[in-house]
Amino acid sequence: MADGECIIEVEGLYTRFGSHVVHEDINLCVRHGEVLGLVGGSGSGKTALMRQMLGLETPAQGKVRFSGLPLHGQDRAKLQYMRNRCGVLFQKGALFSALSVYDNIALPMRELRTLDEDIIRRLVMLKLKMVDIDTRHATKMPAELSGGMIKRIALARAMALDPELLFLDEPTAGLDPQLSDAFVKLIQGMRHELPLTIVMATHDLDTLVALSDRVAVLAEQRMVALGTLQEVIKAKHPFITSFFCGERGKRTLENNRGILQG
Amino acid sequence: MPENQGSNSSIVLRRVTGEDGASRLVLAGNCTLTALGKRLQPLAGELATHATDPELQWDLTGITQMDDAGAVLLWRAWAERRPRHLLLQPEHERLFNRLEKMPAPPAPIARDPLWPITVLGKAVFLLWDHLIGLIALSGQLLLDAIYLIAHPALVPWREISANLYRTGAQALGITALVGFLIGVVLSFLSSRQLQMFGADIFIINILGVSIIRELGPVLAAILVAGRSGSSMTAQLGVMRVTEELDALTVMGIPHSQRLVMPKVIALGIAMPLVVLWTSAVALIGGMVVAEIQLGLGYQFFLSKLPDAVAIANLWLGLGKGVVCGMVIALISCHFGLRIKSNTESLGEGTTNSVVTSITVVIIIDAIFAVVFSNVGLR
Ligand SMILES: Nc1ncnc2c1ncn2[C@@H]1O[C@H](COP(=O)(O)OP(=O)(O)OP(=O)(O)O)[C@@H](O)[C@H]1O
Ligand SMILES: [Mg+2]
Repeated sequence: MADGECIIEVEGLYTRFGSHVVHEDINLCVRHGEVLGLVGGSGSGKTALMRQMLGLETPAQGKVRFSGLPLHGQDRAKLQYMRNRCGVLFQKGALFSALSVYDNIALPMRELRTLDEDIIRRLVMLKLKMVDIDTRHATKMPAELSGGMIKRIALARAMALDPELLFLDEPTAGLDPQLSDAFVKLIQGMRHELPLTIVMATHDLDTLVALSDRVAVLAEQRMVALGTLQEVIKAKHPFITSFFCGERGKRTLENNRGILQG
Repeated sequence: MPENQGSNSSIVLRRVTGEDGASRLVLAGNCTLTALGKRLQPLAGELATHATDPELQWDLTGITQMDDAGAVLLWRAWAERRPRHLLLQPEHERLFNRLEKMPAPPAPIARDPLWPITVLGKAVFLLWDHLIGLIALSGQLLLDAIYLIAHPALVPWREISANLYRTGAQALGITALVGFLIGVVLSFLSSRQLQMFGADIFIINILGVSIIRELGPVLAAILVAGRSGSSMTAQLGVMRVTEELDALTVMGIPHSQRLVMPKVIALGIAMPLVVLWTSAVALIGGMVVAEIQLGLGYQFFLSKLPDAVAIANLWLGLGKGVVCGMVIALISCHFGLRIKSNTESLGEGTTNSVVTSITVVIIIDAIFAVVFSNVGLR
């Protein structure tokens, strides 16, 4: 697949929960090899949009296509192949509470049934090292972890199979600034090694500026802007103005001017 | 060479001998988890045989993509160090750098040879733990009750009424169905036997005593233990998993007073009523069959019932109901509060709670039978 081709297409998507409308007429294309940042206020439907892209929610109206194929009603083998190529980091981690940290990360590898335990053990250690978790935490249960550790281990699990497509819901929420920077470095390093497409919902401007190629802004049930960061900042919408041009936004953009102009 | 490789083509190994006589292993294609697929295991063996030659030159420059799994595969074949002659693409360099710094995996925990003894010992201590926990919870409830008598405004009426509805009113359907069927079966089987001896009239004694004294209370208690007991345990367990119990604690709302007490009181009230209802429906079932099989009229049946069954049996049945109800609620809450915040513990706790409640119900029934052996029977 060439760069720039659509890997996920969202067409005229409507999401409703009962009478509560979350999305109205969303059109979006996630291009192969890009990092797409999803921005919006709390409750604007970022998580809901990701769930739609993953096929966890059925659209009230409209279509979601995954490399040109509709998400529902495909043959099983193809769907399984696609699922294996996707890694998902849920907002609350969604670690399996009955499995230890080690088994949580090993689970997707074991499910492939082509890897032996020896390779799995090395891979798990490698992933734990990547997210900066000490080996001695490997035997802990999710209930015994701190909030930031849950996030990082969930990230390690999302990347267990070196996916081509990563969905990250608030990857840096609950991490301290150093870990956020380490996360940015990690993602940049991974993109260097493998072709990686990322859909990332975030409130963290630093991460957004450092990683995203394009930004989609959700507000008032619609997608009010889509484009590179420079294009989005120029759009005149009250949410965009307050998000990017408020006190914090200005400061972050000031600090990252180099990236923006480069 | 990479140009003519499709994006998903798996790795290709080619061994060549250079002009200088040294042999080279040229790897080309994709070395990723998806591209390797089922070829992974055979490839591991192949690489290991090549790796036995220490002078072999490894040429990895033809590899288009490599992920961690691919790198680990090579790394393991090389016995965890770089071969003497290695050609790499710069972007793959980092993968192996990471592997060099990888911490050693923890050794698998060896099984203790004394495990049968430790397992048994742990089980004994667990039983002791449960016993102490149950006694402590009952004591706490008693203290709460005394406190509430002094502060009647704090009595959780709403919770009690909600629990009454859930454990009592909503259980009427299933207990009626089961009670009716048991009454029918019992009456049918007994009437066939009695007919042989011409002792038709004694069907009233058999049904009356067995249902009012024994079957009604036990059936109702077992059904309620399965139905309400499991839901109480699961409710408290989920509250533990989602940290709601902790939220209550920091608000200064004691668990025993707000969560456990209303359940125990409500089930203590609802249970005798459910027992009464189950016994009544079971008797009706028995009566219907007695009329069909033996031709005993309803009116005759009902007028003879007080003579055949002493009223003490009814009080005994209701008494069992009160005790069983409160004990079921207590056990369910005890197991619910002990659940740890993971799904496995939730499932295990709920199962244990129901199994224990049902066992204890039967034990209580046996105790009643022994203690009141000369009450209500002629
Ligand atoms: N299962 C559901 N049932 C009903 N409403 C829902 C459901 N899931 C989400 N919503 C509603 O949809 C809206 C969008 O929720 P969503 O979780 O997508 O927000 P978000 O943009 O991810 O917010 P945040 O940044 O706080 O995570 C919210 O108003 C929420 O109440
Ligand atoms: Mg969200």
